[in-house]
Amino acid sequence: MKTLFADRSFAALIALCAVAAIVIALSGGTSMLSPYMVNAIGQLATFAILAVSLDLIWGYLGILSLGHGLFFAIGGYVAAMHLLKHSYEITGIVPDFMQFMGWQEFPLYWAGLSNAPYALLLALGVTAFVAFVFGYVSFRSKVGGVYFAIISQALVYVAMLLMFRNDTGFGGNNGMTGFSLVFGWPAGQPGTLVGMAVVSIIVLIAVLIGCRLLVTSRTGRMMVAARDDEVRLRSLGYGTLWLKLAIWCLSAVIAAIAGILYVPQVGIINPRVLSPELSLEIAVWVAVGGRGYLTGAVIGALAVNALKFWLSAAAPEVWPFILSGLVVLIVLVFPNGLLDLAGLKWKPRLLASLGGAK
Amino acid sequence: MSGGTALVIDGLEVEFGRFRAVDRLSLAIDYGEVRALIGPNGAGKSTVLNVVAGVTPAKAGRIVLDDTDLTGLSEAQIARKGVRRKFQKPSVFEVLTVRENIELGLAIPAAKAPPGRIEDVLAMVNLGDLADRLAGTLAHGQKQWLEIGMVLASDPKILMLDEPVAGLTDEERQRTAALIRALRRPDRAIVVVEHDMGFVEEIADKVTVMHEGRTLFEGPMSRVRQDARVVEVYLGR
Repeated sequence: MKTLFADRSFAALIALCAVAAIVIALSGGTSMLSPYMVNAIGQLATFAILAVSLDLIWGYLGILSLGHGLFFAIGGYVAAMHLLKHSYEITGIVPDFMQFMGWQEFPLYWAGLSNAPYALLLALGVTAFVAFVFGYVSFRSKVGGVYFAIISQALVYVAMLLMFRNDTGFGGNNGMTGFSLVFGWPAGQPGTLVGMAVVSIIVLIAVLIGCRLLVTSRTGRMMVAARDDEVRLRSLGYGTLWLKLAIWCLSAVIAAIAGILYVPQVGIINPRVLSPELSLEIAVWVAVGGRGYLTGAVIGALAVNALKFWLSAAAPEVWPFILSGLVVLIVLVFPNGLLDLAGLKWKPRLLASLGGAK
Repeated sequence: MSGGTALVIDGLEVEFGRFRAVDRLSLAIDYGEVRALIGPNGAGKSTVLNVVAGVTPAKAGRIVLDDTDLTGLSEAQIARKGVRRKFQKPSVFEVLTVRENIELGLAIPAAKAPPGRIEDVLAMVNLGDLADRLAGTLAHGQKQWLEIGMVLASDPKILMLDEPVAGLTDEERQRTAALIRALRRPDRAIVVVEHDMGFVEEIADKVTVMHEGRTLFEGPMSRVRQDARVVEVYLGR
């Protein structure tokens, strides 16, 4: 795992992110780099964070979640609630969904959400709690593999149905939008967009470095050991339940952070982020880029989204077919994703060793 | 406790569906001995190791190590009591290096282990020169040794080896025999499941012959070949 190639590509990726952050900070919003582009890059960075969160649990621990959109959405929803409540307190604008429902007051559970640190704590706390309960029940009963993937998918679907209801106080099927302030800055202004994009890239860098330190540590070796032969690891004296739970919760929290950063940039959240399609797409990003390589997850998220961006404008009706075709191609030809291509060229020996490991 | 009884298997019964794999089996294994568990295919040898290690649940019976009842404990808990088991199919972590495999075998962070322990184990299983190779690139025999190194690293009280010489060359087999003899200690009991009778003769102090989930014979190797029932169900074939 700790090959020179992987080290170099990781260093290159961090450098690239840092350069992007600096360029955006210096010239974002000017004629050189339109606010639209800045916003797009900022959103892509949050997708990259989301991909890394799934890679941590799937690529390094072998637990496939097809419901990671749930944690992304929890972060996004709490961020949206904070933005609406805060905007309301400053400008007095009543959120659309409350007017629609004819409500005069915020529901009780919106209390205190105009306070950003509390909102952040709540988002991460709720995410960790949901992840812990779901993870504990599943891992305790040794549910894994496809069964876990299917249950996680069902969970995100249930959450979507819940959020489509208009009486829950979370915006219903229209979701929440119309944020006039983003953490105190006027929404949609170039300066705000630049700020959010730079913060997103910095968080991406921090998440990447943190995950890198984790996966190259002793815990990281326990993770791949549990992934490849859990019975062997357990009979060496390691309880794998808490290892899996801890990494699962960490992965969920990282996904929530991505959601917190995403919503202020896209300006809306609705139950569609909880659709099974989005959660499946996250797995496709990671599979395309290369499972078990942090760099791969980021490359996959960027490549697939660039393709989607281009195709959903040029030929929207074929996009689902392209996506499905991509999955089939990856599974059949490049089980390790795009990094197989790189490995082919740069490191035949690495590839041979991984091939031998099957 | 050295010299006394290490592991007691008492009235063990294991069923897979309607098939009774182990039938009221009782065994006592002493510290300081190398015990071979032999018998025809399906006799229940590997199942016994699986139950002791906590991988397979028992229907009835008890497993006791020293004075601790291991029955019903998890694999990890049993391992922490000092029981280690090498699987029949070499089970090493292929994407990790040889050294990292041994380090995981310690079950504690390397910094807390006795200094030089990893190097000692590497030397014992003859993999010192290959310490930084990925385990997945090793030859079959080297993987067998690496797994023995992994289960050895934590200095276990009970060492269970399931077919340690399966698929090895004659030379590798001899070195493995020498290694197992060298691992015999007054505070350790070694249980070996093996088909190769020549190998068993070289390493075992005492032999238990299993047949259809029960003990057919127990005693020194020299008397096994003379036992009429053993010859009939196992050696005679």
